[in-house]
Amino acid sequence: MLIGGWPLLAQDFKTYDETIPKTSVTFKMVAIPAGNFTIGSPFSEPGREEDEGPQKKVQVDAFWMGEHEVTFAEWDAFFRNMDVPQTKPIDVDAVSRPTAQYIDLTWGMGRDEKQPSNSMSQAAAIMYCKWLYKLTGTFYRLPTEAEWEYACRAGTTTAYPYGDDASALKTYAFNKDNSGNKFHKVAQLKPNKWGLYDMLGNLSEWTLDQYSADAYAKLADGSKDPLAAPGPRYPRVVRGGSYQTDAASCRCANRISSLTDWNKRDPQIPKSRWWLTDGMTIGFRIVRPLVSPSPEEIDKFYARYLK
Amino acid sequence: MKKDEVKTDRRTFVKQTTMLAGGLLAAPFLSNAGYMSSADDTIKIALIGCGGRGTGAAMQALLSKQNVKLVAMADAFEDRLTKCYNLLTSEDNEDGNVKARVNVPEANRFVGFDAYTKAMPLADVVILATPPGFRPIHFAEAVRQGKHIFMEKPVATDPAGVKKVLEAAEIAKQKKLNVVVGLQRHYQNSYRELYKRVQDGMIGEITSGQVWWNNDGVWVNPRQAGQTEMEYQMRNWYYFNWLCGDHINEQHIHNIDVMNWFKGAFPVKAQGMGGRQVRTGKEYGEIYDHHYVEFQYADGSIMNSQCRHIKGTYAKVDEQLVGTKGTMFAGDANLVSKGKVLYQFDKTKENDPYQTEHDELFAAIAKGQYKFADAERGARSTMTAILGRMATYSGQVVEFDKALNSGLNIMPTTYAWDANPPVMPDSNGFYPIATPGVTKYLM
Repeated sequence: MLIGGWPLLAQDFKTYDETIPKTSVTFKMVAIPAGNFTIGSPFSEPGREEDEGPQKKVQVDAFWMGEHEVTFAEWDAFFRNMDVPQTKPIDVDAVSRPTAQYIDLTWGMGRDEKQPSNSMSQAAAIMYCKWLYKLTGTFYRLPTEAEWEYACRAGTTTAYPYGDDASALKTYAFNKDNSGNKFHKVAQLKPNKWGLYDMLGNLSEWTLDQYSADAYAKLADGSKDPLAAPGPRYPRVVRGGSYQTDAASCRCANRISSLTDWNKRDPQIPKSRWWLTDGMTIGFRIVRPLVSPSPEEIDKFYARYLK
Repeated sequence: MKKDEVKTDRRTFVKQTTMLAGGLLAAPFLSNAGYMSSADDTIKIALIGCGGRGTGAAMQALLSKQNVKLVAMADAFEDRLTKCYNLLTSEDNEDGNVKARVNVPEANRFVGFDAYTKAMPLADVVILATPPGFRPIHFAEAVRQGKHIFMEKPVATDPAGVKKVLEAAEIAKQKKLNVVVGLQRHYQNSYRELYKRVQDGMIGEITSGQVWWNNDGVWVNPRQAGQTEMEYQMRNWYYFNWLCGDHINEQHIHNIDVMNWFKGAFPVKAQGMGGRQVRTGKEYGEIYDHHYVEFQYADGSIMNSQCRHIKGTYAKVDEQLVGTKGTMFAGDANLVSKGKVLYQFDKTKENDPYQTEHDELFAAIAKGQYKFADAERGARSTMTAILGRMATYSGQVVEFDKALNSGLNIMPTTYAWDANPPVMPDSNGFYPIATPGVTKYLM
């Protein structure tokens, strides 16, 4: 991955704030150091599902991760940006923005600039990253499943980043028990040890990986930066619980596979490539790898997900 | 259900329809004759209107559990028809592979304004999904030909069209033709559960309602060189009243219809306000970008209806009905009284109502049952939305019965690519816009 890359010096690798150009919208990117961790959960973990194993050792390179889910302020800087063409199909070679929502896909939960943006497809989330890259020159993307779990655990091996007690989750994450069946403004509850908010609640978050139940069985122990390459549009991996998920399922290791059902109420065919009519619990956060690929690799990367 | 059972039921059905046909009509059921004598129990479908929604509806019909086949397609435009055909026969369609259920040879793909007359005779069931202005003509023809019908909402764009649908609906009832209208909230679990409880009196008598369809609006297809005015308007049907009826009719009908449904009545009059404040360009034709209407029912209760197509504004698509003992929040799917939740629908039990409406329609047809007569209700809710438009355009109080019986007809006299549509642009390309206080309806 060093080909054409520009490795940064260690002293440059720290948490930073970025302002979206031509706006006053800022977001914080938290420095996540390189390291090793064990992906998945042990048999003994209550609520464990079969796709969370077998556990494997994984190495993860350093990256930055958004301290919270992408908010409406950030999303709307893209979605409401009249300079970007609005297209029904996703423009693979350029930047385009989503079509108007046919109905209100916040479902009445609100659109405050601090609330997390929801109901977008994985491709729409990746187009947001591409738009941000073209604007800032900095490569942004979704996290891999491994990066997501590594960041969520923040060095811990328990079911939750603070331990194993499901009842304590309410101080860290909006889940079924404390959400009032709505999403909430980001960063209202306690962050994990690395300063990341709402990893396990509020909205579930898109990752880059194709979903397969036996993903870890296929993974070699000690793999570095694993990623299940994109195949069909469904199923892909979503991580973290949401305001609708019960605490027992909001565990670091839980894996969610995307479903065509998440667009079942789109009455048109072809169904929207941008929106999920029944994915109101889905959002995303962005990452930036410490070592950026070359511009050519970056373009190829986005195209693989947007085609 | 076992296949044999279906066949037995179907034979009974055949006998009944034959009797009905003989008793009520001089004209033979041409296609039903084919249907009855069909060697297998295939239910044949014709799709009239092959846009995004038509493609979706055809897909849902083909995904129903019955033995169905798409046998004919019709659209005004060849490119839309071909795109639809390609989507339905694609083998890697995420929504399901229905290729085996599509049998539409080129000879059965019809293009042009009269394409529907050629497609309908080939089928037992027709799906009507063109822009709504054509619906009365298509519905009346489908009923005349004795077809079961799925038709999208709204079902007309003017009072004359509503009248035509109401008249055909009567004949459809006599012929026992199943008619489902795509007001899909009637087929959605949460609404059905709420409806039962509201009927049982859980929130008392409904005394008022608020209904919303506020969002960003829809697409524009830029004018192409060489396009006739008729083709331009057909490609941008959303912005022309004869085709669309304005967004109060095309989208907001869903919410207006909910109040009508739960109330078990239709408004007797309406007054309101509206206009074009942001969406003022010529590419937006003649429709308004906002309407606010106060509908009044015979018992004095009021429905406040608001719809807006303005980008960047507060979006809300919902209904809230206030009763003497509590309030229904449709989006939250609950009934509430003084902060206490009387009933909460479990949202994990929600269905895909677009699929359900087809599942239930085709199951009834396969079993030979006559179960659905949605046309009259769909027509009266359409009339309610049109009434709202007449109220906002004129700035006057408009009465339901007077409007319905007015004979107001905004459709073209000639359907041809070189014919002038009923509204034409001025020399700068702008269309005449209704002005409250100036535009006259029924005065």
